[in-house]
Amino acid sequence: MDLENQKRVKEYAEQYGSENLVVLLGASEGEAAGLAAETVTAGDPTYAGPLAGVSLGLKVYHICEPEIKAEIDEAVYEEQVSMMEMVLDVEDIIKEMSAIREQYTKY
Amino acid sequence: MAILKDKKVVIIGDRDGIPGPAIADCAVTAGGEVVFSSTECFV
Repeated sequence: MDLENQKRVKEYAEQYGSENLVVLLGASEGEAAGLAAETVTAGDPTYAGPLAGVSLGLKVYHICEPEIKAEIDEAVYEEQVSMMEMVLDVEDIIKEMSAIREQYTKY
Repeated sequence: MAILKDKKVVIIGDRDGIPGPAIADCAVTAGGEVVFSSTECFV
C-alpha cells in the first residue's frame, strides 16, 4: 500500500476510532489484496510506511467478497463491479483476505 | 450483523482491479459513510 494511503488510514483510525472504521479494497489479485489487508491489520510488512510496526487490527474486506456484496444494492454492484469481478480470481482473493482477518483483525 | 452500515469506510481501490469511485458508489448503498477513497496503481 502506498505511503500516503497508509498515512491516511492511520489518521482516520485515530480520528474515528479503529472499531468504527472498515477498509474496502479493490486489488486485482489475491496477493496484493492480502498485502494491503496485512498493512491495515498487523502493520506494513515492508516496514517502509507510517504503518510499520503499527497493528491497527482494522476490519478489512475486498469489495468482491460475498459478505460485502450481499450488503450492496444489486443494481449498483452490477453496474460498478461485476464486469471486473468476472476477470478476477475471487476465490484466491477470498482465501487471502480470510486468512489475514482470522489472524489479525481485532474488531 | 451488518459490516458497512453506519461505519466510516476507507477505500483503497486499484486501477487494475476495482477503482475507488466504483467501490465508493457501492459502499454508500450499504449504509457506509465513505471518508476516504483512493485508487492505487501498481506499475
